Amino acid sequence: MTVTLEILRQNPDAGHASDYRTYRVEVEKTDRVLDALMDITRTVDGSLGFRRSCAHGVCGSDAMRINGKERLACKTLFQDVVTDDDAVVKIEPLRHLPVQKDLMVDQSEFFAKFRSVKPYIIPKEEVVEKEFIQSQEERELFDEATKCINCAACYSACPILDENPKFLGPAAIVQAARFIRDSRDQGLEARLDELDRPDGIWPCQNKFECTRVCPRDIKITKLINLTKREITKYRESRGETVRDGQSV
Amino acid sequence: MTYEFDAVIVGGGGAGLYAALEASQTAKTAVVSKLYPMRSHTGAAQGGIGAALGNVDRDRPEWHAFDTVKGGDYLVDQEAARILSDDAVRAVYDLENRGLPFSRTPEGRIDQRRFGGHTSNFGEQAVKRSCYAADRTGHMILQTLYQQCIKNDVQFYDEFQVVDVIMNGRTVGGVVAFELKTGEIHTFKAKAVLFATGGFGRMFRITSNAHANTGDGPAILARAGIPMEDMEFYQFHPTGIRGMGILITEGVRGEGGILRNKDGERFMERYAPTLLDLAPRDMVSRAIMTEVLEGRGIRGDGKIDDFVYLDATHLGRETVEAKIPDIQDFCKTYLAIDPATAAMPVQPTAHYAMGGIPTDTHGRVVDGTGAYNGLYAAGECACVSVHGANRLGTNSLVDLIVFGRRAGQHIAEFVKGSDAPSVSPDADGAARKRIDRIREARNGDGGNPADIYSRMQSTMMENVGVYRDDDRMAVAVSDVQALREEFSFIKPQDTGTDFNAEILGLLELENLLDLSLLTAASAKNRTESRGAHSRRDYPERNDDEWLKHTLARLTNSGEVEIEYKDVDISIWEPKPRTY
Repeated sequence: MTVTLEILRQNPDAGHASDYRTYRVEVEKTDRVLDALMDITRTVDGSLGFRRSCAHGVCGSDAMRINGKERLACKTLFQDVVTDDDAVVKIEPLRHLPVQKDLMVDQSEFFAKFRSVKPYIIPKEEVVEKEFIQSQEERELFDEATKCINCAACYSACPILDENPKFLGPAAIVQAARFIRDSRDQGLEARLDELDRPDGIWPCQNKFECTRVCPRDIKITKLINLTKREITKYRESRGETVRDGQSV
Repeated sequence: MTYEFDAVIVGGGGAGLYAALEASQTAKTAVVSKLYPMRSHTGAAQGGIGAALGNVDRDRPEWHAFDTVKGGDYLVDQEAARILSDDAVRAVYDLENRGLPFSRTPEGRIDQRRFGGHTSNFGEQAVKRSCYAADRTGHMILQTLYQQCIKNDVQFYDEFQVVDVIMNGRTVGGVVAFELKTGEIHTFKAKAVLFATGGFGRMFRITSNAHANTGDGPAILARAGIPMEDMEFYQFHPTGIRGMGILITEGVRGEGGILRNKDGERFMERYAPTLLDLAPRDMVSRAIMTEVLEGRGIRGDGKIDDFVYLDATHLGRETVEAKIPDIQDFCKTYLAIDPATAAMPVQPTAHYAMGGIPTDTHGRVVDGTGAYNGLYAAGECACVSVHGANRLGTNSLVDLIVFGRRAGQHIAEFVKGSDAPSVSPDADGAARKRIDRIREARNGDGGNPADIYSRMQSTMMENVGVYRDDDRMAVAVSDVQALREEFSFIKPQDTGTDFNAEILGLLELENLLDLSLLTAASAKNRTESRGAHSRRDYPERNDDEWLKHTLARLTNSGEVEIEYKDVDISIWEPKPRTY
């Protein structure tokens, strides 16, 4: 079938303002949107900027907005986004991160927030030449959070970041939850400062946009709420209130 | 700009990150990668890491080493295989201690499952040796190692494409890199350089490899005059998604999945009566191609792109969802089927380079005359050789965690005793010239990169694939030579400097063309069948003449010169390979 791609093109460094450019391409319904973007760079316009690598939804390079929704271009088939009557696909870069060129965004801030939550194990005890013992149930508690590929789809979809760019954002909280919920880790206390502050975990208002767009089907909002509950419990057990900027 | 480090690690996958962690204990270390962190293709590895922990079945590292040697059709260097299987145990515990979330046994220990060619007691029966984290073990390795790099403050240069190595005779002086963001050329001086750039499956049409797997390290070193080892041995994984090549892990068969032809027959019974569907990959890929070519593929037309079924429906929904959730996700996304209820259409997919940059067991680059000073390689781009003529499943991850780690440890020691390199001011001259040549297309404005890319992939797939013969490989060699000539006519459309991914794409294509030539020429030269190198015109293994490694050198005039290196067979006598 013939589809029309409307791609938001821009090159701020070269002083090119943004505008939608239209490309008509022949595709199969089962082709990936990424396949069409690759075709355009190879045969029509080599200057189209986007990132890609694995092409099957595990490396997280090609998150972008496709018909207004954050998706991985390699995990989106045309049959998912077009009908015979409406074969127009609008493609735009992720939001909340500065555009570098066309569909490429600068992820420095996204990764800085990721790093801020200490996304590495802080072990409870040292073991040598053997494994920590962890039950299947304990392992299951944080399984979902380990699926994250840091594609930043959730960061783009989050409506809170429209209003408050300082908000830690969904992906970083998922990473914190991954370790807090791991029985081998010292858990919440080590990451409390980053989470329990007005721009930490608390701005989340359960809009569920992150969960809706996650290409790895992580129930992000649920993980955020579980983590909020942990923090509240921790503070209450010490006779303190959470530091969301409102509680007293 | 010029940067100065003790050690530069090129590539941010499993081998590179492990090496960086170790090297940074004493050396000022930088990771230079053309991708953002955690985008490397280690993250796509699914099935597991082979290590004789013995958590589920009785096991010994020695059995793992033997399986590796036999699986590699005796082209494996045996002392290296022993180190691989011994160190695997330590490396798995180290990764677990660093946070890798392995799946667990009911006792809370690291769980293990079966994988192709892994046996107990020297081939007696299949053994549960693969330590896994669902079907995203590679993802977990990559995440864990990157997490540790954050913890240890390792310095990263993201989206810097290394385009040249600086050599002073046989001593390394650093690398030259192209920065995607600005188009600038930078020099990284270093006492030690490790290449960990991964595979080059993109030279084939149907591949499980990422777009980024273009063999940048091996191509750079080949052009610097360093020979590449055993390039003719390229693994086709038996089960890629039909038409797309996306990997369906061997773990599916490890959990009990069965290959069937159009008659519903479990055809592996005829090819490998003991190990059946869990025979080594070269054998299973040949079995599938034989079924297909003899008209027993699902379409039954005998054409090379026909396919067979991988059936996991009898495993039950619970097992599918718990043990192979990502496979289920891929199948739903790309095939609109659920493996719990429908068989998966599969065909062999270009997957893994057994050959590459020749190294010793410390990751030091070696050629026929000895080691280069300060120059290292590890992971898929390197050839130790622990995979010989055919790699066993899980051993890619074992290779990168064992030899990435060992190389990093060696670098940490090496830099202590060596002086800062002397690097001439025009050390980046050759790289600048190469990029200017591509930008300005010295020969005019003809040549279509997409067309060259596509024809390279077609000729390699059709003529240097699962089954080979002299005529076909001769066609591939001459096709690739012609494409290399055509490449010099390419003119890029994007004339900008910032984020010019087109220039990067052309540099990658040039790398693939050079490695395709080395692969095809090495394959044509080896007149026997061994492991993944299977010739119609020479169907038998020939130990008398060919129990030796190939070293293929790219000459300045674009020809390939071949030398040989002995295989270490100090532990087990080569025997016929049956399963």
